[in-house]
Amino acid sequence: MKYFTKYIVRYYVGLLACLLLTQTVSAQTENDALMIPKNYFCAAGVYTHNSWDNYWEGTLKRTNLNMGTVSSNVYAVGGNYGLSNRINLLFMIPYVNTNASAGTLRGESGVQDINLAFKWLAVRQEVGRGLLSLHAIASGAIPVGKYEADFLPLAIGMQTKSIALKALLNYQVGRFFVAGSGQYIRKDNVTIDRDSYYTTEMHYTNQVAMPNATNFLFSTGYRSLKFNAEATLTKVTSLSGFDISKNNMPFLSNRMNATMAGAIFKYSFQSIAGLEFTAGGNYVVAGRNVGQSTSLFGGMYYVFAVKKDKSNK
Amino acid sequence: MKKNILYILPLLAVLLGACKKNIVERNEVFPALAPTNIDLNADTWTPILTASSTFTVATPDAITSPNYIADLNEIKSYQKNLTSEQKDIIKYWSAGAVLRWNEILRELVAKHNLPPYQKEDGTYPFPSAANPLAYPLFPFSNPPYAARAYAYVSAAQYDALVQAWKFKKQFNRAAPYKNDPAVQALIPKSDLPSYPSEDAVVAGVTVKMMELLFPGDLDFIQEKVAEEKLYRLMVGANTRSDLDAGESLGKQVAAVFLTRARADKAGAAIGTQTDWTAFETTATAKGEAPWLSLEAPKRPPMLPLFGNVTPFLFPATTVAALRPPPPYSTNSAEFRKECEEVLAMSQDKSREHERIVSFWADGAGTVTPPGHWNTIAAEEFVKQNYSEVRWARNLALLNMAEMDAAIVCWDTKYFYFNPRPTQIIMNIKTLTGIPNFPSYTSGHSNFSAAAATVLTYLLPDRGTKFTDMANEAAMSRLYGAIHYRSDCDMGLLTGAKVGQYAVERAKIDGAGN
Repeated sequence: MKYFTKYIVRYYVGLLACLLLTQTVSAQTENDALMIPKNYFCAAGVYTHNSWDNYWEGTLKRTNLNMGTVSSNVYAVGGNYGLSNRINLLFMIPYVNTNASAGTLRGESGVQDINLAFKWLAVRQEVGRGLLSLHAIASGAIPVGKYEADFLPLAIGMQTKSIALKALLNYQVGRFFVAGSGQYIRKDNVTIDRDSYYTTEMHYTNQVAMPNATNFLFSTGYRSLKFNAEATLTKVTSLSGFDISKNNMPFLSNRMNATMAGAIFKYSFQSIAGLEFTAGGNYVVAGRNVGQSTSLFGGMYYVFAVKKDKSNK
Repeated sequence: MKKNILYILPLLAVLLGACKKNIVERNEVFPALAPTNIDLNADTWTPILTASSTFTVATPDAITSPNYIADLNEIKSYQKNLTSEQKDIIKYWSAGAVLRWNEILRELVAKHNLPPYQKEDGTYPFPSAANPLAYPLFPFSNPPYAARAYAYVSAAQYDALVQAWKFKKQFNRAAPYKNDPAVQALIPKSDLPSYPSEDAVVAGVTVKMMELLFPGDLDFIQEKVAEEKLYRLMVGANTRSDLDAGESLGKQVAAVFLTRARADKAGAAIGTQTDWTAFETTATAKGEAPWLSLEAPKRPPMLPLFGNVTPFLFPATTVAALRPPPPYSTNSAEFRKECEEVLAMSQDKSREHERIVSFWADGAGTVTPPGHWNTIAAEEFVKQNYSEVRWARNLALLNMAEMDAAIVCWDTKYFYFNPRPTQIIMNIKTLTGIPNFPSYTSGHSNFSAAAATVLTYLLPDRGTKFTDMANEAAMSRLYGAIHYRSDCDMGLLTGAKVGQYAVERAKIDGAGN
């Protein structure tokens, strides 16, 4: 156990606002192989700014003079609690506002969805010169605000309950690591304000069947107690859905795909124990029915012991 | 390890259970049509255009003839082995021909209700009826186009069914399931003579009208025609000869409506640059701020000469008589006050306002406001168990009112050429897209009041339901910050007047209420 705790950097909750045509926020926590120890709590506050001019209407990349630059600001608070050294519980709630620089459409603002995650370090063992770990992560999102989701691309969220399962494999040699993960996301139907809508056919209902999705991530970088730097590649793929027709507005059940390249940096203040700063960004390099978003984020974490853990002694 | 799994499993079960996927749409559960009254006297009802027309339907073979027996054998061969796909077709079409074709039309309207994307040079292309599959696809089924399409299809279906009823009574040949006990009735039985088939009449008249209205979708439409005819055979309600006679009659009736449609001036409603400039010059000469397109690049106004289209319910000269008085001058204090009210709506974050705006928006990619009222009407009519001919008559009344409301509203819009609120106060942000035509009066208000007037007459037991909906639809445009209050109020008044013309017609068309 001692060896184990030595290896655990005391993080964290982080955020990645992978802004598609909607302002989807996913807990970055699921994406790293780090755990906080039993009875520790990490409080987090993260700000993210997203913007795009170009978007993909189906596979056609275009701009829209009646939208200009679509941007959003995400202010998120969250926490991570060490239920045990192998199980962490995480939550996050974002407040989002959106804006279009041209045209007349009004932006939206409000509290979006609460994100919850259950992170389990299932396997951890030495392999060769390094350490291999496998995490299983179950997560879910539940809309909190009553925001209007059927208002893309200015909606602050999708108003869908979702559940996701992820496996995360991490291999670390010294201070260098490489990680890969695969996630399946199942999304609940969304209730909209309209009583009918057209996708590729008419639907006489206020219920919208949402495409499920997969999310694959690859990351690699440097990780020490004091400093972290990593490069990420993320691929989000809808498993169904339809393309935005020519010059139409986007819709909730569009086939939204995005490949994003990003970087994450973290710095731990040595003078104040438990305080960390993080910053990073993401850029959509390829997509379908999504905005070519650039997102930049910065945040603070503070980790502290909730009560003395006697079991570790 | 075991303990960890115990943590996870209940969580997964709860969350997976929370994600239900199965959606039953409202139009999937419509029951098979079983009219409470078959309206056998509908042959005496007043048609719209064909009161003095002559149509021919061949005298049917006797039920003892080899041809008819062969027809019955065809039905029996289908009934021997129905696939689940064929059963689905039966379930779908048994809800009624007029209803399903109205839904198909709405679907095509929604598909085509998309403004063309600009060209490289910042001008806009126009769809071409001669080349419907080239971009921009023909038609751009915006609200006036859609209102006219619904009206022609519904009116033509109504006339075709009135004519069909005449021949049904003349030839009086019963349904196959009545002539041969070995033929099963897979839908509720009817005493209505089956020659010519009412379903095939509706299919025939509709497909012909579609050649004009949605010429790029004939593959889809023909597929539906074939499906519907197959359904009538499979359920034992029609023979092939019933269908052939019906389809032929439907096409003959359509020809009368197509002649009218090709000459009703809708084809010239787009206008020319000269027309567009003239509206601006006229408004400016009156000392008023003229309407400007708020799109980038600036788009020519939507169907500015639609006000010249020949109405169904009254002479073209009545259009100007129905035109409401001028809006507040753009220089007046009242106008300024209305602008301020719209600004306040724009800044109001009420979720209920958002809901109402969204529910009634009926913008790009939807069935349009007249289509929404067709949906509302159809879902009420389903509960009434109408005969096919009454279905068609009531939808014709509704949709002629909608088309004529579009004509009167568009005449008003371009006569006054009044600017949208956002053009006057730049920081009025809107909760839905701003339509690309002048503000006064509100199209939604005209359409909704006209529809509510007709539906309230047809279904008096619904009380103020439709009027309340119309008022909400009208206010949705103010809440959405795209219309002044007076646009909505005046639109409701004018729309109700147009709707009343349909009611007056309904009172004397021989169909009763």
